[in-house]
Amino acid sequence: MKRVAVTGLGAISAGGATAQATWEAVREGRSGIGPIACGRCEDLRVPVAAHVRDFDPTAHFSSRRMAMYDRFSQFAVIASREAFADAKLSAEDPAVRLAPLIIGVGVGGLETLDDAFYNLYSEGQRRLHPLTVPRLMMNAAPSLISMDLGLKGMTYAIASACASGTHAIGTAFHMVRGGGAQVAITGGTEACIFFGPMLAWEALRVLSHDDCRPFSRNRSGLVIGEGAATLVLEEWDRAVARGAHIYAEMVGFGGNADAGDITSMDKENAAEAMRLAMRDGGLVPGDIDYINAHGTGTTMNDKLESAAIHLAFDGAAPPPISSSKGVLGHTLGAAGALEALVACKALEEQIIPPTANCTDPEIELGVDMVPEGPRSAAIDVCLSNSFAFGGLNAVLALRRA
Amino acid sequence: MTTTDQVIEIVAAQLQRNPGEFTLETNLQEAGFESIDVIETVFSLEERFGIDIPFNANEDTASFTTVGDVVGLVEQQLAKKGAA
Repeated sequence: MKRVAVTGLGAISAGGATAQATWEAVREGRSGIGPIACGRCEDLRVPVAAHVRDFDPTAHFSSRRMAMYDRFSQFAVIASREAFADAKLSAEDPAVRLAPLIIGVGVGGLETLDDAFYNLYSEGQRRLHPLTVPRLMMNAAPSLISMDLGLKGMTYAIASACASGTHAIGTAFHMVRGGGAQVAITGGTEACIFFGPMLAWEALRVLSHDDCRPFSRNRSGLVIGEGAATLVLEEWDRAVARGAHIYAEMVGFGGNADAGDITSMDKENAAEAMRLAMRDGGLVPGDIDYINAHGTGTTMNDKLESAAIHLAFDGAAPPPISSSKGVLGHTLGAAGALEALVACKALEEQIIPPTANCTDPEIELGVDMVPEGPRSAAIDVCLSNSFAFGGLNAVLALRRA
Repeated sequence: MTTTDQVIEIVAAQLQRNPGEFTLETNLQEAGFESIDVIETVFSLEERFGIDIPFNANEDTASFTTVGDVVGLVEQQLAKKGAA
């Protein structure tokens, strides 16, 4: 088994247009949540979202290429370009050219689908743009990354709703650790803040009407966000030999399915997913110094995730936990990737980012959710939790480089 | 059909049970309601009565404890609709 280094980071989110800006927003607890702004969205009840703001795709893509790019693909390619450059990779290198490219996607090209169906059903149009299918397919994001960067390795999208990014990274991690690849490009992306999908989210009755306040008594639900994050994973010895900057070591990945409720998480299985990630990394609960929680800001998540953490730590006091969703919103397929990036930066800077907006900490949950602000701490190992609709749990374990 | 009868019909249909088993005092969770039953029922009620029920699963769980609570929610929104 090979050791696996994280040698490149890229992101675009409500926190900022780069990995560093995203991390700094999370570290400072500077919320990216604000008024929702999407076309045809006047009839929505939900007033807030965590948008990627001031975004001009024409600054990144030529007009000829743009026709292929749904918003979720734009984010994925921008984050991947950054991670690729950050790791100082070259597609001339055979190990890079053949690197697996695995991207988590929650729902795919909803900008394209929402526009197409609006034109069909509301505007009476009877023709659709010829690139509608290649724009909306879930693999558009990894396919366009491969085309943009010239990567020819095994490439595909992974779908597990809110855990997609974590499953993608975990799968890529196992490939590199098992020796099947020396380098992997992996992450997650999502852009679904459009009228149809947001109306569907509203119907679930879990969206906040004002802000996302995880683990706080005054919570009012989750806030949908958008964005992407990409990580470069690399065989440790190779990364060291070429003098690459190593943000963190990826050490464990665990996942399972609840086989129960479609929307509610199951604390027993969520705890088991954390145990599986620890076991995969040869870790025990006492090794864990921080958990980046799923922390959606719903009553159910706060209660069940806290309980799951207590179960996984088997009576011992759990380490500090925090949710990044008060800053980034819930970015669904991108969430696990953005939060893995946060975990890498937390390990690198030895700072636990706070749970933003946790103004009335629910101490009865029995967890230290770091409400006060960024906290300097010795963090050797941390977990990053994702628990998806459909009862799919995925957890990563990372170690200080 | 009274509002109560209609609410009981919808709640019973959600659980695929006989409406005769439900009263205003029936506790929905004890009767077998899970989280998805709640949101499906809110949707059915909105469709049946032509109202908007501003139900948020993070804040309003107490307002969905018994059949009587649900009738109250519906009557409140019907009154708002009438006043509008």
